[in-house]
Amino acid sequence: MNPWLLRLWRFLARPLDLHLLALLGLLSLIGLVTLYSAIDESMTRWSGQLLNYGAALLCMWLVAQISPARIASLAVPLYVLGLLLLVGVALNGDVVNGARRWLHIGVTRIQPSELVKLATPMMIAWYLHRHQELLKPVHFLTATLLLIAPLALVLRQPDLGTAMLIGAGGFYVLFLAGLRYRVITLLMLLAVAALPVLWSSMHDYQRRRVLTLLDPSQDPLGAGYHTIQAMIAVGSGGFTGKGWTNGTQSHLDFLPERHTDFIFAVFAEEFGMLGAGVMIGVIIAIVLRGLRIASHANGLFARLMAGSLALSFFTYAFVNIGMVIGILPVVGVPLPLVSYGGTSLVTMGLGFGILMSIHRHRSNLHAA
Amino acid sequence: MKLTTREELDDTEKYQARLQVAAVFIIAAFGVLLARLLVLQTVQYEYYHTLAESNRISLVPSPPNRGLITDRNGVVLAENRAVYTLEVYPKDIADLKSTLRELGGVIDLNDADLRRFDKRLRESRKFDRVAVKSFLSDAEVARFAAAKYRFAGVELTTRLFRSYPMGTTAAHVLGHVGRISPRDKAALEARGETPAYLGIESIGKDGVEKTYEAELRGVAGYAEVETDAAGRGIRTLSQTASTPGNRLRLALDIQLQKIGEEAFAGRRGAAVAIEPATGDILALVSQPSFDPNAFVDGIDPATWRQLNDSRDRPLTNRPLRGAYPPGSTIKPFMALAALETGTRPAERSIFDPGYYTLPGQAHHYRCWKSEGHGAVDLHRSVVVSCDTYYYGLAVEMGIERMHDFLARFNFGKVSGIDIEGERSGLNPNEAWKRARFKDKWYAGDTVSAGIGQGYVLATPMQLAYATAVMANRGTAFRPHLAKEVVDIQSGKLRRVQPKPEYTMHFDEGNLERVLDAMVGVTQPGGTASQAAAGAPYRIAGKTGTAQVIGIKQGQKYRESEIDERYRDHAWFIAFAPAEAPRIALAILVENGGHGGSAAAPVARKMMDYWLLGKMPDAPAEVAQ
Repeated sequence: MNPWLLRLWRFLARPLDLHLLALLGLLSLIGLVTLYSAIDESMTRWSGQLLNYGAALLCMWLVAQISPARIASLAVPLYVLGLLLLVGVALNGDVVNGARRWLHIGVTRIQPSELVKLATPMMIAWYLHRHQELLKPVHFLTATLLLIAPLALVLRQPDLGTAMLIGAGGFYVLFLAGLRYRVITLLMLLAVAALPVLWSSMHDYQRRRVLTLLDPSQDPLGAGYHTIQAMIAVGSGGFTGKGWTNGTQSHLDFLPERHTDFIFAVFAEEFGMLGAGVMIGVIIAIVLRGLRIASHANGLFARLMAGSLALSFFTYAFVNIGMVIGILPVVGVPLPLVSYGGTSLVTMGLGFGILMSIHRHRSNLHAA
Repeated sequence: MKLTTREELDDTEKYQARLQVAAVFIIAAFGVLLARLLVLQTVQYEYYHTLAESNRISLVPSPPNRGLITDRNGVVLAENRAVYTLEVYPKDIADLKSTLRELGGVIDLNDADLRRFDKRLRESRKFDRVAVKSFLSDAEVARFAAAKYRFAGVELTTRLFRSYPMGTTAAHVLGHVGRISPRDKAALEARGETPAYLGIESIGKDGVEKTYEAELRGVAGYAEVETDAAGRGIRTLSQTASTPGNRLRLALDIQLQKIGEEAFAGRRGAAVAIEPATGDILALVSQPSFDPNAFVDGIDPATWRQLNDSRDRPLTNRPLRGAYPPGSTIKPFMALAALETGTRPAERSIFDPGYYTLPGQAHHYRCWKSEGHGAVDLHRSVVVSCDTYYYGLAVEMGIERMHDFLARFNFGKVSGIDIEGERSGLNPNEAWKRARFKDKWYAGDTVSAGIGQGYVLATPMQLAYATAVMANRGTAFRPHLAKEVVDIQSGKLRRVQPKPEYTMHFDEGNLERVLDAMVGVTQPGGTASQAAAGAPYRIAGKTGTAQVIGIKQGQKYRESEIDERYRDHAWFIAFAPAEAPRIALAILVENGGHGGSAAAPVARKMMDYWLLGKMPDAPAEVAQ
């Protein structure tokens, strides 16, 4: 190889975990191929998404340059900024589809809940790291409050899906920090007990979604339509699929949101059980690689953050696929690295950048 | 890193244990997903395969019939026409080329049609139908119907298109519909009206089509249709009929409108006719005009460029958007102001030597008649349109009192007519000039304002409205185009009830003096006597001539020496019969020259038709 190219490659690859990078690239490739079919072979949107991948890759590379200690020092400002923006949304946000999620800043508008997805686990990990000498129940209590504040604001928007993801990201930090199983069990019981309260505070459309999950055929042209059509798409894909760009469900407009939240249905229709198995395999490999980075992480903040990021990625994928194949309610969660959309991709890029940085500064004690 | 204490080692082990728990959990969770996929894609495959491949139900919207628009007598001005379109399903056709060749023997397909088809085919998606040709003739439809068995995968469909049978007549009033653009879509979304447009492809873009969009639109119906795997309908299961839009009856009289338009005989200009007692707009002429039918299915770029770039600006709605100096047509209003404000009694005469000078200044403000009118009182000042009289009057009155009085006749304000795009004209005063030019008001500004020149601007709509208010002895009815909406569901009428917008109380004697002078304008010796000659009814009117370019001191304006585009605009305002007015008019002929010879004949033709039912016998004569 040309020595200059070699040096460039070394420079670019130095901060990155090549195993993880290869797996992410594989999933992205699957995403681009599926998207091409899902957007009816429109090159303009496809190349737009290609740019989004470029932006995400750049974000990842840049963040990977920053040491975990420096990242930890950003936790408080990012968290406070996220909370302020969420309050801004509550007071002055744009209403889209009945939910107040967007905030105008100058020329563009942003969805502050995306920032909060990363900032909340960072904040909790930073806080627990500070008190790692002796972690007492009171610290876990404070950490829980740090989690509840953004959660409540996002729930109010209302955005059940994002709230769930933020809750999960924060919970993973607490779990990895050693929250006792007794307390976890207690919390779960409390959550079950709170269900009736949650139900009564839900919006009509949210209730409909839950009811639809229990029996989609109740409302085939309304709330159940998404689920039914997605299940037909997946089921009719069979073992080997109908072939790339040949999905009838996807191309006859039966499948709504097929390039965003329901893209897994397009993939499963066209590539079948075989393809879906491969995709889920890649996702599992990414999560396990993330957990491996977590197990070698240096310092409590890095451990908690790496573990939470890997588990959050799992949660996004699980919730999205579960929704498409009808075992979870329809919440607006994209399939990470596959669904169309720049915001989600860039958030992913930032998250994996943190993982890469933690990998680079790993402890050698457990080096494999 | 120090990892020495027993406690920390404990922590590390505990952490590794938790990671392992998480890993197991993850694999279990994905196991659930895989199990579910296995059930869906292998165990229940047949079931879902049947659902996907065999017939399915889809909702097919059927667009509503847009409401008709008629004139006040029920003559249809906007309707819907069925258009036949030939469509192909490329997926079902083995050899598209030969199919097209064969189709060429049945319907007329020229190269442009084929090029357009190729473009649409390239842009279409896999299972789309692609239109081969729209606007098929009846003969083509019949020929294809007879030969249909030879063409699998080719189908005839009908779509309703908006159609304006009157062509260019009243185009600015009707406006037009057009395809819903991304901008329209965003606006509909912002207003939360998107659901009402399911299955509807066009929207009112201008004129009454836009103002009364919600009435005319109707509600789309839909059919539940069984479709096969290629998305084609097999049979209809249930149908919810669409609700047609409501019918709109305008106040316009299309015959009067046509007479008005033809009276312009190719000249540019505007005419507005109002029924003073109701505010009904009887005619709203803007010349030249355009054919709204060109916009219905998206205008082609060449026609658009031609319309948009034309020097004659056919797309501009002149009665509403054209702001011109009102010139001498402002004089009756000034005369009434003189009496009502007590500035000058009607009997006081001034001497007109042919010009006016401000005290202590040498500048000559010239009367249009260079040798002067001699002794002029109020009556004569209107009849012969003496400028010198009004120069002095304006200065004596002062710009503020003048501005306030003219504002009562809606100068400088929009009339509030029920279509978009109206401009407010300009009724200047000191505060306006300070705000606009950061400059003080000079006495000379007042002088030119006194004869409707200088900064003063008015639209034909404004002058017609002010004339109608004058004809109505001070009671104003807001001008409107819509007369009633016929609810198509209930058959009920919703009439636009004319309510007096406001009433001004003038001294009866003052008003009669001015109206009397306006009648004098159309009598022998008046500036519009020729155009009014022989009319069996009495006309109150006022001519006006608005300068387009300034004439230097000591120079004379000679029409023949000036380029046509720089000639004066001709104005005429009038109402008739003077005793009990049934029609009030404002006519503007761009670069027409004199109001009496260019604009007044247009008004006469319109009044003759409206009051006597008389059709103009000869083609309109062009002013010399």
